[in-house]
Amino acid sequence: MKILVCITHVPDTTSKINFTNNNTKFDSNGVQFIIGPYDDYALARAVELKETSSAAVTVLNVGLAETEPTLRKALAIGADDAIRINADPADAYFVAYQIAEYARPIGYDLILMGRESIDHNGGVVHGLVGELLGMPSVSPVMKLDIDGTRAKLAREIEGGKEMLETNLPLVAGCQEPIAEWKIPNMRGIMSARTKPLLVVEPKGVDSGIKLQKFELPAPKSSVKMISSDNVSELVSLLKNEAKIL
Amino acid sequence: MAILVFVESAEGKIKKTSIEAVAFAYGMGGPVTAIALGAAEKSELEALGKYGAEKVLHVSDDRLSQGIIQAYAAVLEQALKDENATMLVLANSSLGTPVAARIAARIGASLASNVIELPNTSAGFVVKRSIYTGKAFAWVELTNEKKVITIRKNAAEMKEVAGAAQVTPYSVTLSDADFTTKITSAEKATGEVLLPEANIVVSGGRGMKGPEHWSILEELAKTLHAATGCSKPVSDMGWRPHHEHVGQTGVKVAPQLYIAVGISGAIQHLAGVNSSKCIVVINKDPEAPFFKAADYGIVGDAFEIIPKLTEAIKAAK
Repeated sequence: MKILVCITHVPDTTSKINFTNNNTKFDSNGVQFIIGPYDDYALARAVELKETSSAAVTVLNVGLAETEPTLRKALAIGADDAIRINADPADAYFVAYQIAEYARPIGYDLILMGRESIDHNGGVVHGLVGELLGMPSVSPVMKLDIDGTRAKLAREIEGGKEMLETNLPLVAGCQEPIAEWKIPNMRGIMSARTKPLLVVEPKGVDSGIKLQKFELPAPKSSVKMISSDNVSELVSLLKNEAKIL
Repeated sequence: MAILVFVESAEGKIKKTSIEAVAFAYGMGGPVTAIALGAAEKSELEALGKYGAEKVLHVSDDRLSQGIIQAYAAVLEQALKDENATMLVLANSSLGTPVAARIAARIGASLASNVIELPNTSAGFVVKRSIYTGKAFAWVELTNEKKVITIRKNAAEMKEVAGAAQVTPYSVTLSDADFTTKITSAEKATGEVLLPEANIVVSGGRGMKGPEHWSILEELAKTLHAATGCSKPVSDMGWRPHHEHVGQTGVKVAPQLYIAVGISGAIQHLAGVNSSKCIVVINKDPEAPFFKAADYGIVGDAFEIIPKLTEAIKAAK
């Protein structure tokens, strides 16, 4: 079984967000980058499947040279080889198109990724890749088991979950609790250094999306504290000031 | 140019987030045609007229009573053609967003998800998206003639504008290939207010000291007609089900009012709630970082404050 895991290279969840170049570029100054948390679940499940079957796991990122340490970390966690598509991941369609173009001739049985990236929060790349490759796509997936060419999945829905079955090949957008995050061990880190990391040039495409600018939210006004002896004051504030109740 | 809106239903009722999508499309200038798949009550479909839908296409094919993503995309492709529509609006939901992706790739549309405001059409078609889990926004232009957008909860102004919509049966020829994915069963909380759709959310953290203490939060939630949520440690410890986990890697909520009880306010939790209109924090630790993100705060013992708050709300009604 051939598994492709697509990962994003995103700011750590505790990062302070700022922009430069007249609010058109993310300010990476002093920011720690990580494998997207949802992608990390996808990768962990792929490595588990590799341990229980004879799967080969390729990890892919659409990004510029600075994302290579993130790909090396994925290799340390257990992927066999890595692909970097050498382009700025400008928008969801652009990224999905690059993934689909790369994957099509290889014929993966399973393409896993996070349910969404934590930078642009699109949640659409899996669906786009599925459609571009003519494969079923399921997201957000909480459970994934493979039985021959059948996949059994659980998908989170509002207020619950649904169980699904479909045939491979399949694209899945993953989230917890599909697998436990894996922390690379020393042997993994050592072997990651020599595992293949291939750089592929992107294909040209018009995604129909143009970024104009970024914007930060207005600063929050300070909190109004209410005495614990006077809970009814909160109710009247919610009613008369916030106009909610 | 007609705008097509995909509306979702559950147990025959139209989902609130889908009604918001209809109101949003009306706000864009319509005319609005809604399309509903599977079982939905006729009165519910007609009521979409109140929020601006002129016409509702109803596809009552039994195979579509469950949300099969590929099949839904196939139906929407045909409906866009038949309605001569180039614009599709969906709710940003566990079904709406994946369907939006497939239909956009299928028809070559510009795609933007998580849209939070009406588009600016003074020059081109520009939407504001929520990014970095609510910590920033992006303004993006959709340049293709065909466009697909998903809108986040509370993006639309809800006002009643007209009467009943005209409901028309609609059918699409689907192939077996559209149904290769099968839903075998579903588990769903019933009779409660669903967290992603709630206008008010009451959330508890580790400060609640154990699942046996949730009844006071549930009582408060019931009084407010609110959904209950929780922090990540609470769902990780199994005190509450996973679908109640609010935060960076859980459900992102955007209610009118978010009440956080015994949650310290880790940045990953704040990422899931920072789109709330008003935040109330109740915590015994005056240094809890959540207070900095709150509109109103009370320092004290939740086990004393929550029952008092419930009583005060009942008294004020």
